Amino acid sequence: MMAAPMRNVDEIRDRVILGEFGVRNVHSTDFPGNYPGYDDTWDLRKFKKNFRLNIAHMDENTLEFDMVGIDAAIANAFRRILLAEVPTMAIEKVFIYNNTSIIQDEILAHRLGLVPIKADPRLFEYRNAGDEEGTEIDTIQLQLKIKCTRNTRAAKDSSDPKELYLNHMVYSKDITWVPIGNQADVFGDSKIGPVHDDILLAQLRPGQELDIVMHCVKGIGKDHAKFSPVATASYRLLPEITLLQTVEGEKAERLKRCFSAGVIEVENINGEQVAKVVNSRLDTCSREVLRHDDLKNLVKIGRVRDHFIFSVESTGILPPEVLVSEAINVLIAKCQKFLTELESSEME
Amino acid sequence: MAAADTEKKRVLEMVQAAGADEGCVTFVLHEEDHTLGNSLRYMVMKNPDVEFCGYSITHPSESKINFRIQTRGGLPATETLRKGLNDLTDASKHVLHTFEELRNRDQVTGMWSTLQSETLTDKNHRLRAAAWILSIQN
Repeated sequence: MMAAPMRNVDEIRDRVILGEFGVRNVHSTDFPGNYPGYDDTWDLRKFKKNFRLNIAHMDENTLEFDMVGIDAAIANAFRRILLAEVPTMAIEKVFIYNNTSIIQDEILAHRLGLVPIKADPRLFEYRNAGDEEGTEIDTIQLQLKIKCTRNTRAAKDSSDPKELYLNHMVYSKDITWVPIGNQADVFGDSKIGPVHDDILLAQLRPGQELDIVMHCVKGIGKDHAKFSPVATASYRLLPEITLLQTVEGEKAERLKRCFSAGVIEVENINGEQVAKVVNSRLDTCSREVLRHDDLKNLVKIGRVRDHFIFSVESTGILPPEVLVSEAINVLIAKCQKFLTELESSEME
Repeated sequence: MAAADTEKKRVLEMVQAAGADEGCVTFVLHEEDHTLGNSLRYMVMKNPDVEFCGYSITHPSESKINFRIQTRGGLPATETLRKGLNDLTDASKHVLHTFEELRNRDQVTGMWSTLQSETLTDKNHRLRAAAWILSIQN
């Protein structure tokens, strides 16, 4: 039941310790020359041997997976790229021909920009700086043309806007795609348009109308958050809880309640109630146990330095597993860019 | 010629102090931040020929980083930078391959379990799934 204690050096290298007065061993220290008897030189074969991936949960828009045997510097690069450097298509230019609604042009334009647009960004190019027109390879044209009228069939005594007016709520489903050039043939089946139909964009009253043309372009989250392909992308380190002594009776019950549900269970062993760590993964690492003087020395709480539990939630433009692949490709492309630059600067 | 040079946006610059050997170089990586900076620093520091490696973001409103490398025994810093970039590429490629392998395997098993479970009554969907599995097996 009690795990064999780790070697002191290994604990410093491989665990982040959540202590009573602070978090210890936060930084990676596995560099050549730091530890006698350890070879920390980069070794691809060793990396391949230790690296593991496991998908914990996947559905249409969310993905949870474990990435084990990699340093935080690289895992964090993947996370940062997911947030800010995987491209998507979003509304960038809004041409307002008519807007007699109560919502101001610039507010409406901003709202439109944030609507996720279902279009595969890999099939488009970035628009050149200064290009105001756009072409079929870099622009998606959308239109929003809607006018509110009175509902002549509404009951006389009705006071409900839903009955009284037609088109008084403008939703993202009212945005229509206007194919440019050969786009109708190329993307005919893929139905380009807003991901969600039910995003409220504006409210109108009879006589008010919107007549808007929009240009979507390819961009990245670093430029504007509307281009970010994820709702969230984050990771946490795998929690590790170790009992240093046998904990019995009332203490066992109290220890159980110090952690998230399902982390510690109390088992009946030969008539004694004994605490047992069942699933450390579920813990939130609240460190509540450190507030109990009689319990805090019976348990060690830490996190596994190289075990990342990633959680990626897509906005619905691309599936989350595609986003992760794209993010890794972005990092590879960055390296290649500087490698070719290094070659060419040495040629000079 | 000079006009063309200034027009062309530099991606990578090398800054060396006067009299310093080629083992001590500050590389200026334009349009980069912690994403590449920290992961590349980790990889370069994994090289035993490197005495020191660190980076800084010059100013929040400037999109560039200063990436400093000092090597042991006068080895050119460009060599260690190249090795770092290559190692980071190798590691990323392995992560990508592992991930895509896992994805394909999961898709197949996922499809099979959907086929086998009786919850799926839509016949078209089942046929599509079957056709899809056949197409990967071939």
